[in-house]
Amino acid sequence: MPRRKSERRQNMERMALYPLDWLEERSGLVGGVKYFLFRNVPGDSNWFHTLGSATLTAFLVQLVTGVILAMYYKPGTTTAHASIEHIQHEVTLGWLVRGMHKWGASVFIILMFLHMGRVFLFGAYKYPRELNWIIGVLLLATGLFEGLTGYLLPFDQTSYWASVVAININGTAPFVGPYLASLLRGGAEIGPDTLSRFYSIHMLLVPGALIGLITLHLYLVVRLGVSSPPWSDEAAGGTPEPEPPPAQAGLVQPRPRGAGLRGRPE
Amino acid sequence: MEDPKGDMERHQPPPSLWPVGFAVGIVCLLVGLVVSWPAAAIGAGLAAVFGFLWARDVVGGRAAEVPLSADEEPSLVPPLPEQPGERFPRNTFLEGATLGLGAVIGAVVTLPVLGFAVLPAFKGQHQHEVDLGPIGDFPEGQFIVATFLRDPSLGDITRRTAYIRNNGLLNGVPSFTCISNRCAHVGCPVQPGGPVFDDKQKTVKTANGDVSLTPVLPAAGFICPCHGGSYDQEGSRIAGPPVRGLDRYEFLIRDGHLVLGNLYSVAKVTGSGANAKITKAELHGPGQHVDGPEAWLYPLQPPH
Repeated sequence: MPRRKSERRQNMERMALYPLDWLEERSGLVGGVKYFLFRNVPGDSNWFHTLGSATLTAFLVQLVTGVILAMYYKPGTTTAHASIEHIQHEVTLGWLVRGMHKWGASVFIILMFLHMGRVFLFGAYKYPRELNWIIGVLLLATGLFEGLTGYLLPFDQTSYWASVVAININGTAPFVGPYLASLLRGGAEIGPDTLSRFYSIHMLLVPGALIGLITLHLYLVVRLGVSSPPWSDEAAGGTPEPEPPPAQAGLVQPRPRGAGLRGRPE
Repeated sequence: MEDPKGDMERHQPPPSLWPVGFAVGIVCLLVGLVVSWPAAAIGAGLAAVFGFLWARDVVGGRAAEVPLSADEEPSLVPPLPEQPGERFPRNTFLEGATLGLGAVIGAVVTLPVLGFAVLPAFKGQHQHEVDLGPIGDFPEGQFIVATFLRDPSLGDITRRTAYIRNNGLLNGVPSFTCISNRCAHVGCPVQPGGPVFDDKQKTVKTANGDVSLTPVLPAAGFICPCHGGSYDQEGSRIAGPPVRGLDRYEFLIRDGHLVLGNLYSVAKVTGSGANAKITKAELHGPGQHVDGPEAWLYPLQPPH
């Protein structure tokens, strides 16, 4: 039985929460956020289910660091590399923000693949979640395109020749390849327009597409709910396993009997 | 939860794919209008066929639905003879007008922007003639690495390298072999397979700014550092992933200067030096075949 709060404390809480109440009454946003954050998930969801949120976090890191890098980066064949050097060596904490963006890009891609692997192995792409798998594949392609366009921006030898190779690989696609390559280059040859085109695609076009697709992806996750793991007793209609007794030493949890085996065909 | 056998019956059937074909046809038609008439014709054909199939589905589907939705339909679209004035109700008109006007406004805004973003990529590049200086700087039989700016106004981004060899006179006319260093695999710069005599490097001032000329002895031909494609001294492929030989520059002699012109792709070279017979092809990107059945995959090239 919780102790009744003092009147003074109640007043203070009311004052602190007043702005939130004001917002909730006029927009319903607080309720919406609560609905999103505190929705029910299956009791037997596990750590693998966090890979999607991890990917989203990696994307948000890219978004924030990218916006800051854009304040110092100067796209242009003669200025691009000099501005990268400037960010790396002279801007306060520039090395950190650029490092986060550079390595975070790989983290984002890797997490996308891990998340996709989880969804595949758990069979979570099945009815009614096929559409979310399709959106996820589009997100993967868009994310990889983000990586491709971002790679040119430092404009050093590695990034230049890697982009040459990437564009020419696109050029070998049957029938449309030559046009695809021209479209990427913004002309017959790699030139100043190619760099600014890649920059615009990298920081405006593709992130916009990613944000839109992620919104759809999350909408479907909330609407359809999170799927149970394939070994789930709950989803198979069985009674949930009783909570295992707490381990005595507090370090090792005993594995519940039969976990991971139920639900498989005998 | 449910019986797995009854599972399929609860689902909506997958959507018809005809609209997708119709959309592909329209895209093909629009792109074709810009780049080539045959593609536009193919697109129009696709759009017509899939549009017909789609329309047939929709009409057939509606006919099948009429008995099911008999309770609702008459109130929206009453039979013609009874209330002719209600055939196009005000709601329907406003709805159509809003959607139609919205589509027109959207198209008026979107199409020029799309054209602005896409079409300049398919404009031909200005052809640049590159003056490499007096032909006296190219000793007979000696390969020279020539590094130059193709368009000095755009700066270093247009720096190109060619391997030039003076083949002497053929029927009283100077003959040169001018090989581009762009690998025919995926476009890395090929390197000479032999010593480069940096100490004999020479810089010539020409109409194209500074041109660097360095003698080289590509005894093993040309080798690409990226994926190991290798070519002989005529630029023909010997080994590795490239699909054809190295591209070449057209050249001309003007006022005693060697001037490089357009690039072209090479299907085949027989013979060597001044007596080489070169089967010329339109300039293709790296990795694209210019002869044999594989060349059918690349029938159209954007303007260079």
